[in-house]
Amino acid sequence: MSFSTNQDTSDRISKMFNKLQKESRPALIPFIPAGWPEFDATISIVKIVEKAGADAIELGLPFSDPLADGVTNQNAYYEAIQQGTNTSTVLETVKLIRKEGIEFPIILMGYFNPIFAYGSARWIRDAKAAGVDALIIVDLPPGESRDLEFAAKDSGLHLIYLVAPTSNAERLKHVANYASGFLYCVSLTGTTGARSELSSELPDFIQRVREYIDLPLAIGFGISERKHVEQVGKLADAAIIGSAFVRTISEASLEERSTAIVKFIRQMKGEDMGIS
Amino acid sequence: MKEKMKISQPDIGGHFGDFGGKYIPETLMPAVTELETCYLDAKNDPAFISTLEHFLKSYVGRPTPLTFASRLSDLLGIKVYLKREDLAHTGAHKINAALAQGLLAKRMGKRRVIAETGAGQHGVATATVCALLDLDCVVYMGEEDIARQSLNVFRMNLLGAEVKSVNAGSRTLKDATNEAIRDWVTNVRDTYYIIGSVVGPHPYPMMVRDFQSIIGKEAREQILSEIGQLPSICLACVGGGSNAIGLFYPFLNDDVRLIGIEAAGEGLDGKHAATISKGSPGVLHGARSFLLQDSWGQVTEAHSISAGLDYPGVGPEHSWLKVNERAEYYSITDLEALEGLKLLSETEGIIPALETSHAVAFLSKIAPELANTDVVILNVSGRGDKDMNTVANTLGAVDDS
Repeated sequence: MSFSTNQDTSDRISKMFNKLQKESRPALIPFIPAGWPEFDATISIVKIVEKAGADAIELGLPFSDPLADGVTNQNAYYEAIQQGTNTSTVLETVKLIRKEGIEFPIILMGYFNPIFAYGSARWIRDAKAAGVDALIIVDLPPGESRDLEFAAKDSGLHLIYLVAPTSNAERLKHVANYASGFLYCVSLTGTTGARSELSSELPDFIQRVREYIDLPLAIGFGISERKHVEQVGKLADAAIIGSAFVRTISEASLEERSTAIVKFIRQMKGEDMGIS
Repeated sequence: MKEKMKISQPDIGGHFGDFGGKYIPETLMPAVTELETCYLDAKNDPAFISTLEHFLKSYVGRPTPLTFASRLSDLLGIKVYLKREDLAHTGAHKINAALAQGLLAKRMGKRRVIAETGAGQHGVATATVCALLDLDCVVYMGEEDIARQSLNVFRMNLLGAEVKSVNAGSRTLKDATNEAIRDWVTNVRDTYYIIGSVVGPHPYPMMVRDFQSIIGKEAREQILSEIGQLPSICLACVGGGSNAIGLFYPFLNDDVRLIGIEAAGEGLDGKHAATISKGSPGVLHGARSFLLQDSWGQVTEAHSISAGLDYPGVGPEHSWLKVNERAEYYSITDLEALEGLKLLSETEGIIPALETSHAVAFLSKIAPELANTDVVILNVSGRGDKDMNTVANTLGAVDDS
């Protein structure tokens, strides 16, 4: 953990990383598609996730053609869309989550077209007003949408960019010019989805990223076990757990869901000793 | 025309006006940059050019003929010339860009090639090129398309390619493209993605257009040497739009009407694939262009009897030509296309692909508005053998009803 702390500390993202730096542990950030498994399930899931000790939540904006996602998230997105989830209902959900008094960071992750269809600048302003802290757009590289970038800067919403093991020095420098909040390091060359081992090239990759970018680093894609979180903790500042969490929820019945979520989060945090 | 378009080149970021660009996950960004560098380098390398020309001539069989369609011309009261891409090796124009990209893959040291395919023509062309150049080949194809284009699946297997069935979403070209991109994201280091149309992130729309523009370049020379004048209309079908842009591009600065025909499917109020006619700007598969989508930006399913036109997007340069009013786009229904197929078969002894049949049908529709001095070049993008099952089933159903 070697990012500088001299950035704006008033927002939820910065507060979270500053707090965790003192505690010397990585942030644990689970991901679920918004509006899934049931259209209105998100609020209660987020409440449980927060109570169980996760440090932030990443909500997926469902898209019909999620080309960076593996089959677990594709299916969940498909169901969410069928149930009526869209860019507007997701913001309504975030508003309700904030109304419940939940104050950890809410990060949205999605693809560009639904945001473009809503109106990029308008959606950014509405997202900020709803209580969203940061936005990740998988298929929008820095520099491709001036409107959206300007609106984000103007309204104080972090645009989180991704870097991948294939990112060369030139790309890392380019992304560094635009990044704010934290940087999302894709752990592998591939789509989202649980893997049994993290890539062996991860340490070298993270070291290369550090050379160019002085922001907290989150690692995501393929993280599914406690040992992965431990590995991430040695290298970076946050672990994002997507498909493994999505699978946990889809495999639990509605009655078991709350228990399954709590168990999963504690397990990932290494707090499950003695609990059977 | 809003403004006289002297050239049609994307800016440095690959934008044709508001369209195009590189809307892709960061993992792929270095790959498309590397591709662009390699392409621009190859384009100016006499050795690459002469290798490509050699294969186009001795393997593909170029130049393809420009055939005067005398009976069709008499029937319609205009002069119709057919650019015979159906006579190119593998039976469609797709081989032009597949061959060139196969050579690029070799040049870049990539051993593995992936492709998406709708009608199967691009898949067959890619499998053919991979056999020729000794490259491993995986082709993604929607389950629905595999069912309606089983002959092409058999051909690809025979050529040594692995055909991977895609059962997500509408199980057609769009979903095959998603899956090919996922493969590329995963295997980008040793894999070249041969995109079959003028879609995808920059540099694909520009590069595939350049490779396909041999169609228009030949046609322009052929018509000038045949009748000593330019045509009044260039006409082609548009799915992603590669055969159309290939024909149009060399005529862009001429006083020639450029007309692209989309698939109206069951009708523009029902299920169709008329992206430019009925879509709105959006982002899919790496580029901003016209797109069939709902009001929330979810991509909607396209429909066409022709698998090659069954795609909810379109090449960004077509969108640009449309908004600049340099090209015109209309649409033709499934049933009209079948009539077009019969018309060209019966008058000229040429069974066109269902894709091409859309352009034929449109020509017979507008012929009464044209003068008998009008000269039309119609691009016969492919031959119809692959569609015989579909045609037989549909005509059977129509006749029975």
